Amino acid sequence: MKLAFAPLALFAGALALAQPAFAADYVIDMKGNHASINFRIKHLGFSWLTGRFDKFSGTFSYDKTAPEASKVKVEIDTASLNSNHAERDKHLKSADFLDAGKFPKAVFESTSVKANGEGKAAITGKLTLHGVTKDVVIEAEHVGGGNDPWGGVRDGFTGTTTLTLADFGIDTAKLGPSSANVELTLNVEGIKQ
Amino acid sequence: MLIRDTKAGYGLAMRLMHWLMALAIVAMFVLGLWMRTLDYYSPYYNLAPDIHRSVGMLLLFLLVFRLAWRVVNEKPDDHELSRLEAVASHAVHWGFYPLLFALMVSGYMISTADGQPISVFGWFDVPSLIQGEGQEDAAGLVHEVLAYVTIALAAVHTIAALKHHFVDRSHILTRMWAGPPRR
Repeated sequence: MKLAFAPLALFAGALALAQPAFAADYVIDMKGNHASINFRIKHLGFSWLTGRFDKFSGTFSYDKTAPEASKVKVEIDTASLNSNHAERDKHLKSADFLDAGKFPKAVFESTSVKANGEGKAAITGKLTLHGVTKDVVIEAEHVGGGNDPWGGVRDGFTGTTTLTLADFGIDTAKLGPSSANVELTLNVEGIKQ
Repeated sequence: MLIRDTKAGYGLAMRLMHWLMALAIVAMFVLGLWMRTLDYYSPYYNLAPDIHRSVGMLLLFLLVFRLAWRVVNEKPDDHELSRLEAVASHAVHWGFYPLLFALMVSGYMISTADGQPISVFGWFDVPSLIQGEGQEDAAGLVHEVLAYVTIALAAVHTIAALKHHFVDRSHILTRMWAGPPRR
């Protein structure tokens, strides 16, 4: 009985192939963890402290012939902050900073993409962090993409942005003037759906 | 001077452990509250938690030793207590051991949640045995709640001891301080 559907599936497949290129949907590969959201912030103005968020998920649509039609949405689990020091993580997740109990999610959703050529783009979007939503611009770059060795299609990007934490109601004054800003780097690899 | 406990009263070892731990636990409670209010630029910002962790680990070892000591020694007589007082006293005394154990272990689990050891005054390291996701948050909450419960139980224990001493005119407090009555 199953065979009867085979020609139909073939036809559908052929139809899909015949479609002109348009934005394809991707899901960020969290199963294989080919993605990371890293932050760095200055410690006393003496060094860079780096950390990351271990749990997040996201989707994007991307068409390399029309990059400005791209969209991206990423949802971060703020309690998954990891700076390789449990006591510091506990403090950063507490009400003194991220207040992960009250604000368990941080969300970035793009509103517009401005292509700058050579695979580069400025992604403007709304970032909700600590319950505050602000426009931020992520400077993004297409790293590479194409067929993966396992029968799928992938595209990967890297993006950076700098946030002033006080804009999001996170008081960093007690950490000193050098720690007002945090740099975020997002590395994502999406699997075409 | 007797080291071991007898029917007549507590020996020197138990009395030393009792008062040392009483003092240290109250001091640790105050230190714990105070260190969390410290400014990042305070000179005590790193020092105060270092002392808290180190003393905590030493107290944990002392607690285990004290429980073993308590088990292998004779229990001083409590015949002068009423039935109700005896039951309450028993509950408070035996309540302290699991409570303090959980308090100290939960503190240890905050600091070692990422696999790093606790350095006890730089003398030796207590290795991390368990790591889990979000462990520092869960252990932190348990540690905070148990700290308040401990101080509340200590207050009940103190009020009861003072009542026996001043109201009942019993030798219960004296024997923990000065040892068994001399004849």
